[in-house]
Amino acid sequence: MTFRKYLVLAGVTVFAAAGDSMLSHGMKQAGSISLHHLQNIILAVLNPWVAVGILLLLAFFASYMNALSWADLTYVLPATSLGYVLLALVAKFALHEQVSPLRWLGIALISGGVGFVAGGPALTSHDHSKSPPFDSAQGKPPAKDVRNGAPPVGSASAEHDAPAVSSGVRR
Amino acid sequence: MKNAYTWGGILVVVFASVVGDVLLARAMKQVGDVHELWRRTGLWAVVSRTLGNANFFLGVTAMAVAFFSLLFALSWGDVSLVAPASASLTFIGNAFAAKIFLHEKVDRRRWLAAVLVAAGVALLAG
Repeated sequence: MTFRKYLVLAGVTVFAAAGDSMLSHGMKQAGSISLHHLQNIILAVLNPWVAVGILLLLAFFASYMNALSWADLTYVLPATSLGYVLLALVAKFALHEQVSPLRWLGIALISGGVGFVAGGPALTSHDHSKSPPFDSAQGKPPAKDVRNGAPPVGSASAEHDAPAVSSGVRR
Repeated sequence: MKNAYTWGGILVVVFASVVGDVLLARAMKQVGDVHELWRRTGLWAVVSRTLGNANFFLGVTAMAVAFFSLLFALSWGDVSLVAPASASLTFIGNAFAAKIFLHEKVDRRRWLAAVLVAAGVALLAG
């Protein structure tokens, strides 16, 4: 995990929370939308809060896709659930809403879950066979074996082949 | 009867968003590490490779289905039930789906995280 990757996870969290709350704020100003008055949706987009909310949710989607390209789904989802906690804290300190003891317990549970998953590895699955480091790793060992010749080759290439075979099965 | 509709709606939401998350995760694993790809081939290659991925489009479609079924479920049931139930069940469903379909190593640490977050979300949104 590099600093840049932590930044992406923080982006997923913050963009989702900020986008959702801006959309919610804007839609309350825009009024309710029914299936019979669908043109109201277009009017709602003209509301600046809704427009910024949509932009923020696009930013969320981009950073979410970015995170999924190098981390497990079961890592990204809990790690970014801190957004719920963020929303509750914004409600408490910026909007001065009442946060009940039950909600504080919810905040504690989510934070605990995030702590658990953050202590482990970010990526455990290697079924993306196209990633370059794996291809080059599989490509080189046989060439060396040919030059070395002699009995050790058998055992050495068997060791090198093992990961190649297992990743081949997963494909 | 209304209850059955509400829970049916919640299940559709959970199913669609789990399918969407798994497809999007698979799509991005096929695209490869975005940071590395960006450095080697530039931003445009990253964007075109992502948008050209079939799983990406299926995933976005499933997410759209999840969004609209959430709207329907919200019109059948209370927000205080529908929103937390679908959010926290999605966390649990994703842990199962990621283990089965994405071959992620969901160890005890990650199960615990999924369950804690699901419970916390249910409490917060409830």
